[in-house]
Order: sequence, then C-alpha cells, then structure tokens
Amino acid sequence: MILDSKIPEGSLAEKWDKHKFNVKLVNPANKRKYDIIVVGTGLAGASAAATLGELGYNVKAFCFQDSPRRAHSIAAQGGINAAKNYQNDGDSIFRLFYDTIKGGDYRAREANVYRLAQVSVDIIDQCVAQGVPFAREYGGLLANRSFGGAQVSRTFYARGQTGQQLLLGAYSALNRQIAYGKVKMFPRTEMLDLVMVDGKARGIVVRNLITGKVESHSAHAVVLATGGYGNVFFLSTNAMGSNATAAWRAHKKGALFANPCFTQIHPTCIPVSGEYQSKLTLMSESLRNDGRVWVPKTVEIAQRLRKGEITVNDIKEEDRDYYLERKYPAFGNLVPRDVASRNAKLMCDEGRGVGASGLAVYLDFADAIKREGQPAIAAKYGNLFEMYAKITDENPYEKPMRIYPAVHYTMGGLWVDYNLMTNIPGLYATGECNFSDHGANRLGASALMQGLADGYFVIPYTIGDYLAQTPYDKVSVDHPAFKEAEQNVKATTDRLLSIKGNRTVDDFHKALGLIMWDYCGMARNAEGLQFAKQEIRKLRDEFWQNVKVTGVNEELNQTLEKAHRVADFLELGELMVDDALHRNESCGGHFREEYQTPENEALRDDENFAYVAAWEYTNNDGNPILHKEELKFENVKLTQRSYK
Amino acid sequence: MAGSNPNAKPMDLTLKIWRQKDKNSAGQLVTYPLNGISPDMSFLEMLDVLNEELLVKGEEPVAFDHDCREGICGMCSLFINGRAHGPERGTTTCQLHMRHFNHGDTITIEPWRAAAFPVHKDLIVDRSAFDRIQQAGGYVSVNTGGVPDANEIAIPKTIADKAFDAATCIGCGACVAACKNASAMLFVSAKVSQLAMLPQGKVERKTRVENMVAQMDVEGFGACSNIGACAAECPVGISLDNIAMMNREYLGAKASSENV
Amino acid sequence: MNWFTKTFSSTIGRKIIMSITGLFLCSFLVVHLIGNLTLFKGDDGVTFNLYSHFMANNPIIRTMEIVLVLGFVFHIYDALVLTRRNKTARPVGYSENHPQENSNWSSRNMGLLGTVILVFLIIHLWNFFVPARFGGVAGLEGLEGVVIDNVDYDNLYLKVVQSFQIWWYVVIYVIAMVALAYHLIHGFQSAFQTLGLTHKKYTPFIKTFGVIFSVLVCFGFAIIPIYFFFAA
Repeated sequence: MILDSKIPEGSLAEKWDKHKFNVKLVNPANKRKYDIIVVGTGLAGASAAATLGELGYNVKAFCFQDSPRRAHSIAAQGGINAAKNYQNDGDSIFRLFYDTIKGGDYRAREANVYRLAQVSVDIIDQCVAQGVPFAREYGGLLANRSFGGAQVSRTFYARGQTGQQLLLGAYSALNRQIAYGKVKMFPRTEMLDLVMVDGKARGIVVRNLITGKVESHSAHAVVLATGGYGNVFFLSTNAMGSNATAAWRAHKKGALFANPCFTQIHPTCIPVSGEYQSKLTLMSESLRNDGRVWVPKTVEIAQRLRKGEITVNDIKEEDRDYYLERKYPAFGNLVPRDVASRNAKLMCDEGRGVGASGLAVYLDFADAIKREGQPAIAAKYGNLFEMYAKITDENPYEKPMRIYPAVHYTMGGLWVDYNLMTNIPGLYATGECNFSDHGANRLGASALMQGLADGYFVIPYTIGDYLAQTPYDKVSVDHPAFKEAEQNVKATTDRLLSIKGNRTVDDFHKALGLIMWDYCGMARNAEGLQFAKQEIRKLRDEFWQNVKVTGVNEELNQTLEKAHRVADFLELGELMVDDALHRNESCGGHFREEYQTPENEALRDDENFAYVAAWEYTNNDGNPILHKEELKFENVKLTQRSYK
Repeated sequence: MAGSNPNAKPMDLTLKIWRQKDKNSAGQLVTYPLNGISPDMSFLEMLDVLNEELLVKGEEPVAFDHDCREGICGMCSLFINGRAHGPERGTTTCQLHMRHFNHGDTITIEPWRAAAFPVHKDLIVDRSAFDRIQQAGGYVSVNTGGVPDANEIAIPKTIADKAFDAATCIGCGACVAACKNASAMLFVSAKVSQLAMLPQGKVERKTRVENMVAQMDVEGFGACSNIGACAAECPVGISLDNIAMMNREYLGAKASSENV
Repeated sequence: MNWFTKTFSSTIGRKIIMSITGLFLCSFLVVHLIGNLTLFKGDDGVTFNLYSHFMANNPIIRTMEIVLVLGFVFHIYDALVLTRRNKTARPVGYSENHPQENSNWSSRNMGLLGTVILVFLIIHLWNFFVPARFGGVAGLEGLEGVVIDNVDYDNLYLKVVQSFQIWWYVVIYVIAMVALAYHLIHGFQSAFQTLGLTHKKYTPFIKTFGVIFSVLVCFGFAIIPIYFFFAA
C-alpha cells in the first residue's frame, strides 16, 4: 500500500489556497442529494455537522452521550491558539506553524500544520460571531495569554472553561441546523461498525443505547470525530465514556491507525489518591504561568515530608529545588508538556516526590500571591483552585498544590491525508480522532484549534471534492454489507453476554491500564514493551473467556457498552505497544529510555524515524503491517528541541 | 496511598437507590448496604464500588449518567438525600466527595423528577427537552465563514463577564430537579440572557426568547415562582438575574416583535 | 390564538399577570389601610362612616371596585392554572426532599397562604362589605343607621366595634394578616423579579422595602381587631 498524503504542490503558504481552488465543488442544488454521517459531536464533530448542514448536505450526527453538548471537548480548560497577533508581540501564521511543528518534535506534516495555523484566525472570528464569551480587556477587545510553552500571547480563553464555551458555540450552530432539519441528531447512540460497499465507506451500524436496537445508517461519506483513545490507560483525564470503538472498528475494516504510541501525558493533574480512583482531573496548564514547580532538594527532606514529620511550609527556600527553572532558564515553568511531565517523573524516580505516595510534585503560588495579591490570583484561577480544594480538601492559597502527570491526549489516530480522508475512500477522521497535526507532542491550546479547524474550515471543502466525484445513488440499508455488519455487531454482543465469567469489565480495564501506564506510559523500554505485549495478550484472552457482563442487549445496559469499548482497548493497547516498540527513538510524548541525551532529553533519530507509522490491521492476531509515510521538512530545520 | 486526610476512616453506609427497569415500568427504592468507603472517594466512585459488588454477585448494577467527572459536562444528575447534586452547594454529583458524609449514614439516591424528564432506567433520565429548547433558538444565526474580524465587535468587559457567567450553564437539569414546580426557567434564561447581552445575539433576541419560552412550555415544565431553589442548587451558580432578564426580554419581545 | 392571548397564556405571561395584579392589590391594601386608620380617630366613628359612605358611593371608587374585583379574579385564576400546571410538571415526587435547604417556606407556599387569604376575604366581605353595599335589599340584614350633620348614614363603625368583640373573629383576622404578611414578603419582590424590574442598584432596596411594607401593612390591619377587642 502506498500512502499518498495528497499534499498539494506549491509553497507552504500557498498550498491551502491553491488546493481550495483546485478541489471540485458540488453544485448548491445538488448538495441535498448527498448524505453525510458524522460520528461524535465534540468540537470537531459538531462544527463539521453544523457546517455541512449549512452548506446543504443531509447530515446525520451521532453521539453516545445524552446530548451533543456533553462531548468531552467541554472539559478543555486553558484556551485556543490563533495567530491573530492582536498583542503585537511578534506572532504570525508562520510562528504558530513553527511552534507547533517544533513542539510536536518534528513528527507532524508541515502542510497540515501550516493550514492549521492559517485557519486558526478564522476560528476566533467564527466563535465570536456565535456569541462565545471570550475573555476581554477593559477596552472591549479580546484578551490573550501566553500558554503552554509559547513565547507569544496567542491564546484566547474564557476563564478556565474555554472548551465548554467553544463546544456550546458549536452545539448552538448544530442546534440551528437540527431545527432547520438539515441535521438529524442521534444521541445515546454508539457506532459499532463501519460499513463498506465497493471499497468505499457507505454507512455505519449503531446500537441505540436506550433500547439496545442495532440499526444501520447509510450515507455517501462518513466522518469520524470520535476523539482520542487515552482511556486505554483506564485512568486519564478523558471522560468515562471516551472510547476508541468507532475508530478501532473502522481500523479493523481497513483504515490505517497512525502513530498510536504518541500519547500525551499532561504534567498538571491532581495525583491519584486511591485504588478506587475512576479518573484523573486536569488542572489547566495556565497554572504554570504563575505557579512554580518544585520538589525538596534532597531525598531525605522528601522522606520526612512523606512520613508527616514536617509539613510543606517547614521546608526552607534554600531546600526547595525549582527544577524546571533550574534546568530550563529560558522557558522555566512553561516548558512543553512532555518535558514538564518527564521531569516530574524524574524527580519522583529520584525519590524526591511529595504526597503520601511520593508520586507528586508541588505547584506553588505563594510568590504569585505575594506579588499580585490573592484577589488577582483568584480572578485568574479561582475555579481551578476551587476544584482542587473540592477534590483534595486542601486550600491551594495556603499550601502548594500537589500535581502529577496523567494521560491526557492522544496525538496518534486514524491516518488521514491532507483532505482528512483515511485510506478508505469516503471515510474521514477529524479532531483528536486523526493523527495529523500534533506530531509526537501537542502544544497547549492546540487541540481546540485543531478540532474546530477540521470541522469548520477544512472538511467542508475537502469532503465536497470527494462527493463531487461520487454518484448520487444511495445504498439501501438492506444491502448485504449492512446486514453482514449488523450480524457481526450482534454476534459480538451475544458473545460478550454469553461468557458469564467471573471478572468485571472494569477490572479488566484497570488491569490493562496498569500495564499500559507501567510499560507504555511516560517512559518506555524495549524489554518492558515486550513484556507488556505478552501481558496484554494474556489479559485479552482472559477477557474473552472470563468477562462478566450482566443483563441483555435489549435494554439500557451500561456494562455491555463498557464491554464493547474495553474489548477494543485490549486490541488497541497492543498496537500502541507494537508502535512504541518499533520506534527506536525518543520524540515528544514517546520517550524510550534507551534513546536519551546525557541530560535525559528525548533523542530523536531523524534519519530512520522521520516518518508516520501507519498500521494496517490483519486478522493475524496482533501482527499488524507497518506502512510508512515519509515526513518531508522543507520549511523548518530539524533541530534538537531545546527549551534551555 | 492516602488523599488529603490520612486519618480518614472507611465508612459503612446504607444506600437507598431508585431502581426502575425502563420508562414504562414502575420503580422503587431498594436498600443496599455498602461498607469500607473511603472519605476521599467521589460520590460516583462510591457508586462504582457498589456496582462492582453487585456485578460480582451477579446482580444488575445501578444505571446512572456520568461522563467527564470533573463537573463540566453536566451529565451526572442525582438527587441525593433530598437535594439536587447532594448536600454541598455549587457542586455537581461527580465533584461531591464522601468526606461530606458520615459513617453509618443512610443515603437516599433518586433520579431528577419531572414530567419533562422521564426516567430511562434507574437514575438515568431523558433530558432531550433541554436540547429541543436550545434548538428553538439558542443560537446566533451565522453560517461558517463570512463573519467580521473578532475584534471588530468591542464588548465592554463587564457585559462580556456577565454573558460568560450566564454561558457557564452545564445543562445538568438540577434547576428543574430542585424547583418545586419543575420549572426550567433558570436553564432557559441562562442562554436567553447570554445572547441578549451580547451584540452578536441582539439581532434575533426577540424571536429567540419567544420561541425558546414557547418550547419550554410545550415540554411541560412548570412555571417560575421565584422561590430561588434553582439558583441555590445550581452547581455553577447561574443567577436568578437571568430569569428577570428573560422575563423582561419576553415581555418586550411580545410587545414589539414582528411575530403576530 | 392571537399573539396577545398566546402571550398571556404562556407561563411567563401568566406570571406577569400575577405580578401586575399582585402589585395592584398591594396598592389597594394601602388605600384600604389608610381609610381604616380613621377608626382610631376617637370620634365614635364619624370620620370612618363618612369615609365608608364615600367609598360606597363615589363613581370613581365604584369603577375602581370593578377593576379591583378583576384584579382578584385574574390573580386567583392564574394562580389556579399555574398551580395545576406545576403539579403536573412533577407527577412523581421525591421520597426524600429538603427544600428548606434552598428556599424559604413562604415562597414555596404561596398557594396555601393565598387560600387562607381568600377564605378570610370571603368572611370579611360577608361581614362588612355585603351588609354595607347590599344591606336592606333582597332580605339581607342591613346596618344600623347613624345621623351625622343631619344626614343618614350606615353605621359601619358600629358593625366594626361589635364584630371585634368576638374573640375567634379577632383570631381569624390576626391569622389572616400573618398569612398576608408572608404572602407579601415573597410576593412583593417576586413581582418585580417577574416583571424583570431588577437591577443591582435598586433590587436590594425593593427587597428591603417589600419586607417592611408587608409587615407594616399587615400589622396595621391586624392591630384594628386587637385594639377594638381590648378597648371594649
């Protein structure tokens, strides 16, 4: 298989404009003859569904939640980047492009990233026009902050709830199309298979989560905007329901899965507090603008602290190691996420971690409060401080926060070309679901940007190009391909229900999560990965013999829903391990212990690994086929990332 | 591994939980003993523990809605000990922690109760009425593209902040659940006033409020008696001022809009 | 339905009627109380009887009386419609509910308070208004007469003095006025909220004024039966 990324010719800055001119258009009167399915209603899905509806296509949108407004984009806190240069601090489209490529440790496609930077400015205009209440200055114009390793202030935000406000904006646009009848919404409906006819994506099979009914929907194109797969780790900042099932089942139908091992571990999360923990809570990265990260200077002090012999406020200034400021004087506490996370792990591995478990570092606001006063800090971070206090029962105004990295975002995803189409004709992937824009590490405030860029400004053009070359003929859901897919879904469900084993789905999920976290988490090595692969296989075998799923299909059955998802995680986890094992370098969120600089920084191998690893599913259990898409860098020079 | 309070002792609880097979079946409160609950658990983690125990025993776990578990998606929706989202103010169920309960407590857990929120199963209700109200007008009619530069519209910070406060509604339905009339006024007014305050929303403000209120009435929610339970129980602190603003908008719209 | 009936049959429309009529009824209370205070003049009811004669015969007052009746009718009618709607909005209640944690008792019991006031109103009208207005016709027993400046008037004052000799009558009045006070404490500020007349500069004043108004007016009314009971 040859992977054609379909990157347009021409200079970087001209590619998108030229491409927009060259794509084929669907006559406005003919748009109503095409049906499009959009799965997922987060930023990428809702914006795509709404925009495609506005254009005149018939859209069917699906989400597993009770309302499209609940998609997990809503939980994004910090902000959204855009190269507006409103602050006159030297930002530009090229600088946003450059920062994103570099931040992704040179494992993303130049053309995609440049386009992302280009349309970023339109996103802000669009959201403001929808009534999204971004933060403003007293003069009435939009406010910006610097965020997540950027040296310019290009992040637009709505207090600590930017994702919520952007999603509600997209949700409102979606609602408008639902009211017009251009979008038909199917909440509490989960996609369980992709249907292909003549080699093209022509529909999906879903399960109605209220009645359990398995139904088919046919269309001319299918857009997957189903988010990331961070829940492979069980504990992550993802929502409980976030899952990889739609993407994974598309993968099993032939869509390539790219760079699955690129997972982002977010540095500022509330540490795990017990075995019952169901999810991890992120504290916005914006906290690092004012908070200083530190651990005790010596293991001995840390030990006394953990034993409760001293408290944090007993530790003298000279006994505190502000390690990020020490190691990275230029960026200090604002180094990118992968660097911050890895350093937190290093400190804890050295035995200097804090908290009862020793798996935490401090994020201290004492200086900021002294400098700006508590009200000013409360105005900036009040809701985050409150959330922290609610969860930990500690007051962060008086005691530094304890933070620890947690799985947050997955840069990998379905392989797509420049048009965001997977290798299956008619199947698109947008937002976190695809792999394309963040390389090996995503910069803060870039996920919202990418989701909305894909949905509002990219796919509406590129999908038209495909549809213009597709006949109007509809495929009936009585087509054998649909019937077969329905049968397969039902068979999987029946199998899950008939095992009647002894171990719960959550138990398997937690076990998988532990394997993934220990061996395919913040630091990986070949030996551990090989071990993990065996463990996952064992666990998967046990799952299919010993899982306990109660109830029946024909009802609201949350255990069954989870079982489907975990079954897929158990396969995806292995692919992540395979990918991590094959990538003999360290880059971004993928840190192989064998490949590091003397200063413990990630050591890339551009000669051998400057490619996208796109995996093809084979029925040959656990032996996927690797396809490589070479990454060409014509506009940036590959350097060792340095934030010193 | 302990959380904030290493001295916290595990608690034994008695749970009384509403169980209902589906929309058409009758339901009832069922009592479950649950032991060894850590005070650092969240309320939903406590229910996870119960469900794991039930599953191991081969019983059907309790169905409840939840997703983000960080207080923002609005999916969780439990009426706990006679209060929407439980005893803590300004807190969603998922952010409620067991340290607010005591060893030996009996905790009653019911679904939101409203004719407009029929029970799907156990503690899960159907809140699609909220979506339909938003579809009736909770938007600014702009298509993608062709909009002015974001900084062409200057909005006074005070107005932007107020609009933001209204926009933070998470659509959980606690307002309806807490209101003795099962009224949705706080939910509807949050969107109406957010958009009425902003210049972008002013173009359609009259039609919007007329249509959203009409849909709210069609859905079968009760009327507002200004008792304030909604705002008191709202996990994100949506203010009653929004209801006043919506009333004002509604009266003004009805008096002067072009819709006869 | 045209836009007008549609407006006032919506939940908000009905609440607007509730609040407008409610505030109107508040203004009536003020007028009524001021008139009643003439009972305390100590002139054996001369001023009071002249005042009640004026109220019963002045054409403007008579017209306003119709408006007043309409005010009551709409207030009560919409209250009934809304209460019914509110009941159907929650067909299944909670087995455990603690509304006292989130709202005031009076605000949740406006219907109960209103019913108490309505029952009182019927008793009150039957005792004073009906004899004064329709007395001597259709077999109804009228009031005794009194001569002031050589003119015959109904002696409503005497009726007041006689009525408030009865202890349970006084109790009914006092209970009704307590109910009215609670009804107004919520109702007064609530009317402004429903009409959208809120502003951070003025709303605190309206709320405080509402409480003082409610207490004063109801105290003013309640003190009358108490005074005459103990004065006898």
